[in-house]
Amino acid sequence: MSLETFWFIIIGLLWAGYLVLEGFDFGVGMLLAVIGRGGTKEETNTRRRTMLTTIGPFWDGNEVWLLTAGGATFAAFPAWYATMFSGFYLAMLLLLVALIVRNMGLDYRYKRDSDKWRAGWDTTIIIGSILPPLLVGVALTNLIHGVPVDRAGNFTGNFFTLLNPMSLLGGVTLVAVCLVHGAFFLALKTSGSIRDDARAVARRVAPVTAVLAVALLVWVNVHTGTVWSWVVAAIGVIFFLGALVADRAGRDGLAFAGTFATIAATVACYFLAAYPDVMPSTTNAAFSLTVHNAASSHLTLQIMTGAAIVFTPIMLVYSAWNYWVFRKRISTDHIAPQSDPLAEVEVGR
Amino acid sequence: MDALDLARWQFAITTVYHFLFVPITIGLSAMVAGFQTWYMRSKNPELLRLAKFFGKLFTINFALGLVTGIVQEFQFGMNWSDYSKFVGDIFGAPLAFEALLAFFMESTFLGLWIFGWGRIPEKLHVACIWLVHIGTVLSAYFILAANSFMQHPVGYKYNPKTGRAELTDFIAVLTNKVQLVTFPHVLTAAYLCGGAMVMGVGLWSMRKHEHEKGMYRKAARAGAVVTLIAGVLVAITGDAQGKVMTDVQPMKMAAAEALYNTKDSCAEFSLFTVGSLNGEHEKFAVTVPCVLSFLATGSFSGKVQGVNQLKRELPQQISQEAAARGEPALYVQPADAVFTPNIPLAYWSFRLMIGIGMLAVLISLAVLWLTRKGRGEIPRWLVVAGIAVPLLPVFGNSFGWIFTETGRQPWLVYGVMTTSTGVSPGVSAGTVITSMVVFTLLYAVLAVIEIKLFLDYTRRGAEPYEPTTQTADDEPLAFSY
Repeated sequence: MSLETFWFIIIGLLWAGYLVLEGFDFGVGMLLAVIGRGGTKEETNTRRRTMLTTIGPFWDGNEVWLLTAGGATFAAFPAWYATMFSGFYLAMLLLLVALIVRNMGLDYRYKRDSDKWRAGWDTTIIIGSILPPLLVGVALTNLIHGVPVDRAGNFTGNFFTLLNPMSLLGGVTLVAVCLVHGAFFLALKTSGSIRDDARAVARRVAPVTAVLAVALLVWVNVHTGTVWSWVVAAIGVIFFLGALVADRAGRDGLAFAGTFATIAATVACYFLAAYPDVMPSTTNAAFSLTVHNAASSHLTLQIMTGAAIVFTPIMLVYSAWNYWVFRKRISTDHIAPQSDPLAEVEVGR
Repeated sequence: MDALDLARWQFAITTVYHFLFVPITIGLSAMVAGFQTWYMRSKNPELLRLAKFFGKLFTINFALGLVTGIVQEFQFGMNWSDYSKFVGDIFGAPLAFEALLAFFMESTFLGLWIFGWGRIPEKLHVACIWLVHIGTVLSAYFILAANSFMQHPVGYKYNPKTGRAELTDFIAVLTNKVQLVTFPHVLTAAYLCGGAMVMGVGLWSMRKHEHEKGMYRKAARAGAVVTLIAGVLVAITGDAQGKVMTDVQPMKMAAAEALYNTKDSCAEFSLFTVGSLNGEHEKFAVTVPCVLSFLATGSFSGKVQGVNQLKRELPQQISQEAAARGEPALYVQPADAVFTPNIPLAYWSFRLMIGIGMLAVLISLAVLWLTRKGRGEIPRWLVVAGIAVPLLPVFGNSFGWIFTETGRQPWLVYGVMTTSTGVSPGVSAGTVITSMVVFTLLYAVLAVIEIKLFLDYTRRGAEPYEPTTQTADDEPLAFSY
C-alpha cells in the first residue's frame, strides 16, 4: 500500500473517530429539546444538567478529532484541504459559528444561576448540536457526489451547488443517526426516567433513521460503489438493526456499540466508495483531486506516519482512561441542587 | 476593498482576538497548577481556595481561546487556499502535530481536572492541570514553528514539477533559528500575562475582601514574582529575537526604528519619532546614541541598514536569492510600491510592546515593595494600577504580533511568496465580507459576555474552603454541570 493510500485511510479513521464520538454528544445536545423537560423549571434544569453531565468530561476531547482530521488533511493532502475549505466556504462558516456557540453554551451554561441565562445557552447548545452533523453530512456526501472543480483544482460552484438531493439526504441522515446514537449513550450513562425516555425516543426515531440510512447507503453505492463499499454498508445496516435488538433486550452497552459501529461502517463505506478520488470533479473527471495528485511529498507523509504511530496510542490511552474514570451511570439524584455560583460568600465575617 | 484586503482584515481581527486569550491560557494554567501544587505541599487551605478561584477564571478564559482557535485552523484553507496548497507540505505538519499532541492533551485533561475533584487521587488530579499546561506549551511550540517558517523559510525546496514548496528537513523547520528565539519570547510573555493577571486580581481583592487580605496578598505577591521574573526573561529573549530579526529581515528592524538612512556605526535608538506621512524621512526624533546598534547587532559600533537603502537593494537581493534556489518569479516579485511595511504601524507597535512590558515589570516591583511584611494599607494608586495590570501584557502581546506580522509584509512567506498570491482565488469579496461581519459581531458579543462573567467571578472572590474527599465511583460527582 502506498503512503498516500495509508493517509487516506488515516483521514477516514479520523472522521470515523470524530463522528462516533462527537456524534453521541451531538445527540445528547439535540435531546435536550426532546427529553430535557420536566414538570417544573427546576425539574427541567435538573434533567438537563444530568444529561449534560454525562458528556461533560468528554465533548471537548471529542471535538479535537475534527481538528485533527482538518490538520491531517492539511498536512497529508494540502490540495484537498485548500479546495474543500475554500470551496465549502459558507458551509464552513456556518459550521464554525455552530460549534462556537455550542461550546460556549456547554462551558458557560452553569456559570450563572439564572433561568434566562440557561435558556439562552440551551438554545445555542441545541442548534449547535443539530447544525454541525447536518453540515458535515452534506459536505462529506458532496465528496461522493462530486462538485465543480476546474483545471487548477479550484471549486467553481457556490453554496447552493452543495445542496443537491443526495448530499441533503446525507446531512439529514447523519442528524438522525446522531440522535439515536446519543439516545443510546444516554441510556447507557443514566438510570431512572432519563434512561427510559432516551430509549423511548430511540425506539420512535429508529425506523425512520433506518429507512434514511438504507436509502443513503444504496444511493452512495449506486453512484460510485465498489464491492467492498457495498459489503461495509450492509454491515453498517446490520449493526444498526442489531443495536435495536440489543436495546429491546435492555442491553444498553451493546445498543450503543451497535450505532457506534454503524457510524464507523458508514464512514468506511464513503471512503471506500470515493477512493482514489478525494474531490471528484463534475466539470471534468480529469480535473478530480485524487489521493495521488493532492498528496504531500513522501518525506512529509513519512514524518507524519512516524508521529502518528508514536503518539496516537498515547492519546488513545489517556482518552480511554478519561472514559473509564467517568464510567458510572448517573441520575438526577447525583446532581447537587442548583446553587448560585456567584452568590456572595460570607467567610470570616 | 477587494477580497485580498478583506481576507487580511479578517485574519487580523480573528487572530488578534484569539491571541488575547492564548497567553492568559498558557500563563494562568501554570499559575493554577502552581497554587494547587503549593497547597499539596503546605496543606494551607488558602492555597486550595486560590487554585480553585483562579481555576474558574482560567476556564472562563479557556473556553473562548479554544473556540476562536478552531476558526484559525479552518481559515488557512478558507481564505488562503493558494497559500495552503503552496506550503501545505511543510506548514500542515506542525498543525497536525499540534492537534494530535497538544489539543487532545489540553481538552482531555482539562475535562478530567474540572470533573475529577474527589474522583481521581489528589496527585493524579494535580498532574492533570500540569498536563493541560504542558499541552498549551506544546501547542505554542508547533504553531510558532509554522509561523517561523513564514518569517524565515528553512528546510524546504521548491519543486517546479508540482509548483509548490516541499519539505526537505523537518528538524530544520522545528529548530529554525527564528523559532528558537520566538518560542522563549512568546512563552515568557505568556507567563508575564498569567503573573500579571494573578497580581492584578489579587491586589484588587485585597481591598475588596478586607477580611481575607492575607490570602489575596499571597496571590498578589506570587503573581508579582512571576511577572518580575517573566518580564526580565521577556526582555532578554526579545533582545535575542531582535538580533535574529535584523539578520533575517533587516527591513523589519529598520521599520521598527523608523531608521530611514543606513548608519555604518553607532546607530541611535529612537524613543520618539515623527516621520513624514509617506514614511520616507523623519521630521523630528528623540534618540539615545549607539543603543540601536547594540540592540540590532550586539555591538555599539555595528552597522544598521536604513529603510531607503534597503528599499533599493533588497528587491534585487531577494530576487537573486530566489532565482538561485530555482523559484518562480511569480512568488518573488512584489510590486515596488508595497515593498516596505507600514512604518508608523511597525514603529509604534514595537514601542508599545516594549513600553507595556516594562511598565508591567515596574508595577510588579512596586507591588512586591508595598505589600511587604508589616506593611499596612496598600495605596489607592496601586489598586488602580492593579486593575490595569492584567490587561497591559495582553495588549503588549497583541502589539508584538501586529508588529511581527505587518513588519513582514509584503511577504506571506518571507522572500518566497507574497501575500497577494496566497489568497483563495475562488472566494469573492462578498463572501469574505460576510464571514468577516459574522465573526466580528459574534466575537464582540462573546467578549461582552466573557468580560462580564470574568468580572463577576473576580468580584465574588474565592469560595470557602472545602477539603477534597475521595468519593467512590458511583457517588454523586463533586462537580456537575
